[in-house]
Amino acid sequence: MTAEIRMRAVDYSLFYGDFKALNSISLDIPTYRISAFIGPSGCGKSTFLRSFNRMNDLIPGVTTSGKVLLDGNDVSKEDVVNLRRKVGMVFQRPNPFPKSIFDNVAYGPRLHGTKNRSDLAVIVERSLKGAALWDEVKDDLGKSGMSLSGGQQQRLCIARAIAVEPEVILMDEPASALDPVATLKIEELMNVLKKNYTIAIVTHNMQQAARVSDYTAFLLTDENRAGNLIEFGPTKQIFTTPSDSRTEDYISGRFG
Amino acid sequence: MTSGMRRTGTEKTMKAVLLISALASLMIVLLIFLFTMKEAMPAFREIGILKMLTDTTWRPGNDQFGILAMIAGSGLVTLGAVLLGVPLALGTAIFLSEVAPNWIVKIVRPSIELLAGIPSVVYGLFGMVVLVPLVRMIPAPGNAGFGLLAASAVLAVMVLPTIANISEFAVRSVPKGYREGSLALGATKWETISRVILPAAKPGIISSVVLGLGRALGETIAMIMVIGNSVILPAPITSNPLSIFLSRARTLTGNVAVEISYATGIHESALFATGVVLFILIILVNSSARFLMRRGVN
Ligand SMILES: Nc1ncnc2c1ncn2[C@@H]1O[C@H](COP(=O)(O)OP(=O)(O)O)[C@@H](O)[C@H]1O
Ligand SMILES: [Mg+2]
Repeated sequence: MTAEIRMRAVDYSLFYGDFKALNSISLDIPTYRISAFIGPSGCGKSTFLRSFNRMNDLIPGVTTSGKVLLDGNDVSKEDVVNLRRKVGMVFQRPNPFPKSIFDNVAYGPRLHGTKNRSDLAVIVERSLKGAALWDEVKDDLGKSGMSLSGGQQQRLCIARAIAVEPEVILMDEPASALDPVATLKIEELMNVLKKNYTIAIVTHNMQQAARVSDYTAFLLTDENRAGNLIEFGPTKQIFTTPSDSRTEDYISGRFG
Repeated sequence: MTSGMRRTGTEKTMKAVLLISALASLMIVLLIFLFTMKEAMPAFREIGILKMLTDTTWRPGNDQFGILAMIAGSGLVTLGAVLLGVPLALGTAIFLSEVAPNWIVKIVRPSIELLAGIPSVVYGLFGMVVLVPLVRMIPAPGNAGFGLLAASAVLAVMVLPTIANISEFAVRSVPKGYREGSLALGATKWETISRVILPAAKPGIISSVVLGLGRALGETIAMIMVIGNSVILPAPITSNPLSIFLSRARTLTGNVAVEISYATGIHESALFATGVVLFILIILVNSSARFLMRRGVN
């Protein structure tokens, strides 16, 4: 099963000032698949994920070497506004804006030039349906996004992300602040979303990675605390017949 | 007595001491109000509260004590200060919290705090030698430079530290998640500031402006030095309505400070009444600030 490649890291290293957080990582993110990044806390999963939409640009003192590619193009050469439109992100803590549900979802389309109210209404409905939230909120789209439950807020953030029709959705532990029922909903949703989007998810929950992902990357810090990619492959293979003993130790719960 | 009982005793004493100190400030406010009110009573009784508040003629020699002109003077100079000062202060706050690199913040913020420490008489001097001559350059018949515009400009600088400080705090308190969420959707920095951060910080920004208003209403000596002090209802001096700001005026505070040294009898009482009106105005402004701040928290 060879899939097309949507995003690719090539020999990618990242430094916070003098501290090397990622050490020469190369990895392919297959199109319309879910790729999970697992590894112990502090191994660089979030840092790596944020490299795909250049969120690390916001942190002073960050330097990088190597490349991250989207559809074969170096993301560092792309207009960052355009890049983030194509590569959306869902954060660990649900972060809806203190605005109405409608305005939350319409935020991105408005930025990118959709002004017409009925066009926006179409996009909002489609996005909320896509995030499996429509039925719960359709009667009161004027209600504040902050008044929703945690799980609903996170699905609102997913709706907000897909409203600009990205190619890739990055998710940084999207369910770690949610209860098991809400977590399950998000996982089911991811399975639907991957038909139209390429998804990369950070999780420290190995069962979650095993349940939802098609591919799994295992990251681990070396003796200098820099994050290294230990192994990347089809999830089934990583969880049943890992080729590196450290991967086996981690997934069998021997450390981390 | 066991040590436990002794400690409970100390606890109780401490509570009482703290309660008394807290009550002391309340008592002082009440006392100030009551004594001002007591001195103002003859004026309120003889002239009538409504008459004082609605009459524009202040002529103590003729026993005419209307303070509407001064209420308008205070109101207009404060309005002018808001129009000039809020954009400046808000710009400063956004610059310091969202744009400026750290080393610039380390220079600019202390200098703004320094502004707050300059005595108001020095602001008055600055207004007289710099702003008044500048305003005088505006060609309009009867424009002497002294008047509402110069006074508003002085006030705008005086309220800058209050508004800029509290607004900056409000902007900085906006959760990082909003900022990241907006940028991750492809918003530019400026779009993020104007569409997410400022709306989220609005309650804090509004209360900073209202607190600045309170400060502006109470300002006295700097106003006396630049506003011209004529007891007239401010009016446009040319056909342009905006030229109302070139009019001379007198503030409520200035009225009291200028005349209290020689006033006697009902005139003196009318000045105390002016003070009472000012007091109530400022209480209204400050409690609305508190109300807005509380609404922002919920
Ligand atoms: N803004 C930052 N500045 C400096 N160091 C950071 C910053 N963010 C993360 N790090 C460091 O980079 C390493 C990787 O962090 P992170 O990517 O958050 O790990 P993970 O998501 O796997 O827990 C950690 O050692 C962390 O302390
Ligand atoms: Mg993380």
